[in-house]
Amino acid sequence: MLRFLALRLVRAALTIALVVTFAFVVLRLSGDPAVIIMSPEAPAEAIAAFRKAWGLDQPIWIQYINYFGAILHGELGQSMRDGRPAIALVLERIPATLALTLPAFALKLCLGIPAGIQAALHRNSLTDRLVMAGAVAGFTVPSFVLGLLLVLLFAVTLGWLPSGGQDGWRSGILPVITLGLGGAGILARFTRSAMLEVLGQHYIRTASAKGVPWRAVVRNHALPNAAIPTVTVIGFMVGSLIAGAVVVESVFSWPGVGRLLIVAVANRDLAVVQCILLMVAGTMVTANFAVDLLYGLLDPRLRGAR
Amino acid sequence: MSATLVSIRDLWVSFDGHAALRGVDLDIAPGEAVGLVGESGCGKSVTWLAALGLLPVKAAVSGQVLLDGQDLRTLKPAALDAIRGRRVAMIFQDPASSLNPVHRVGRQVVEALRLHRGLDGAAARAEARRLFDLVGIPDAGRRLDAFAHELSGGQNQRVMIAMALAGEPELLVADEPTTALDATIQAQILDLLRRLQAETGMALVLISHDLGVVADLCSRVGVMYGGRIVEEAPTATLFAAPVHPYTQGLLAALPDMTGPRRRLTAIAGGVPEPWNFPPGCSFAPRCMSATSACDAALPAARDVGDGHSVACLHAHVPEPVRAVVPA
Repeated sequence: MLRFLALRLVRAALTIALVVTFAFVVLRLSGDPAVIIMSPEAPAEAIAAFRKAWGLDQPIWIQYINYFGAILHGELGQSMRDGRPAIALVLERIPATLALTLPAFALKLCLGIPAGIQAALHRNSLTDRLVMAGAVAGFTVPSFVLGLLLVLLFAVTLGWLPSGGQDGWRSGILPVITLGLGGAGILARFTRSAMLEVLGQHYIRTASAKGVPWRAVVRNHALPNAAIPTVTVIGFMVGSLIAGAVVVESVFSWPGVGRLLIVAVANRDLAVVQCILLMVAGTMVTANFAVDLLYGLLDPRLRGAR
Repeated sequence: MSATLVSIRDLWVSFDGHAALRGVDLDIAPGEAVGLVGESGCGKSVTWLAALGLLPVKAAVSGQVLLDGQDLRTLKPAALDAIRGRRVAMIFQDPASSLNPVHRVGRQVVEALRLHRGLDGAAARAEARRLFDLVGIPDAGRRLDAFAHELSGGQNQRVMIAMALAGEPELLVADEPTTALDATIQAQILDLLRRLQAETGMALVLISHDLGVVADLCSRVGVMYGGRIVEEAPTATLFAAPVHPYTQGLLAALPDMTGPRRRLTAIAGGVPEPWNFPPGCSFAPRCMSATSACDAALPAARDVGDGHSVACLHAHVPEPVRAVVPA
């Protein structure tokens, strides 16, 4: 178990290092922050001074080493745009994002899992077909299309809800639904196929043969086994709590991390982008790690394998 | 004939319109051991899965399964649940996959004890432990907390048997209980079943493709072919004087333990697929005695004396009338 933990930690650190490196390379190859932030018409001396101030005049590999070293010391740098610490900029946006992604996550679970279970229990019935049609629609329609459709219907035509901005809980309804429906569809499909797989297993027949009522067979014998593959998908959803709303935040002008990321990328505001990516990678890695631990809890066959 | 415990009457099963069972009749008396033999796909497992309502919903089932005159097929789910595992228990071919992988085996036995005997907590655990001792699981106290993947195939089958005994059933249906096990373990499990049957007085249905296993344990044998019981007789009678051409063919394919060496004879042809059953006797296409009458309708079972019945038009004919061997 200790060996397993150590191995996972090393892998997590490597993943994060790779993400940071990748972001550095891509952002620095795709444009000069000095020119973009100062605007191309700025005098050459001003741009040179900006470059010197931010260390952009040094060779790229020195910049990389400096940058990486700073991160190892826990310094995530300052925004090139307004000079504030990048971490502060990001942290102040996180509550707004979580205000969307957490309810959306709950919506995914509360809608997707029961729908998937019902569909599997009534395979090929009308319920099954409706759930699956809804699920496919839910995850194939891109979120910006769904978002705009909802705005058109509930904000523009019916006028029941605001079309964007962050102004009270009512303005959160449409973005939460937009975010939640797609995930619910994915989860419904996964839950359904996991349940169908499990319901065909011999131990389900054994449980029925020993007189366990069908509801208890489903609850005690099918669900715990079907949870194992489903947890993987839920893990991905937890991992995207921080950055899963980039598109939806833009559609609904929601001042969260996602919009900050878009602005920062456009400005080549390296420190801010890196800071967000670090957090995203951190949540992803943590979620994956939690999923691995959960597997061990859910499936005793995997405990020995560590 | 003593009283009947379970009586299966004209049981038909089909999957997607293809018949798997074509009118099975079978009586089980209290305390008796009946063997059901046949090749895979002949319907011997399906008979009992259908009887206990364990087939998937897409299976179309008709006929009666009477337990004390009560038709299991018409019972409400709750009433059926009270019988399954309580009065009629069933164990299966592949014990490892028949146990739930995420629950400890003890818990799975306790579940049956709670359902059928109202036991809970320490009392249930003590009883589960007694059952583990009874079926010969060494170190029973610790094995209760094991998972199925931590036990061997033989141990898992013992767990399955302990679970089946939890409800103190009047009939245990053992569906190929030793097929997945190696030969020495096989013998142990069969000995265990024999001993348990003698000790508890429960009836036993042993489903097997192995004539030897059935001959060893059962007092009566039904031979199945193509979804029907083609011959049924006391074990000694069946082995000494089989009358159905299929049974004769099966026995001719067995090597003798004594006497001179001889060439084993195989039955020509193969088992018809369910979607390809002939309209009449399923065995007719492979039968040396078949006539056109055999293809006309399903032959009814006839009593040929001494609890011996056979479903064949020509069973009484001592010599084949004419040989019809399909290409």
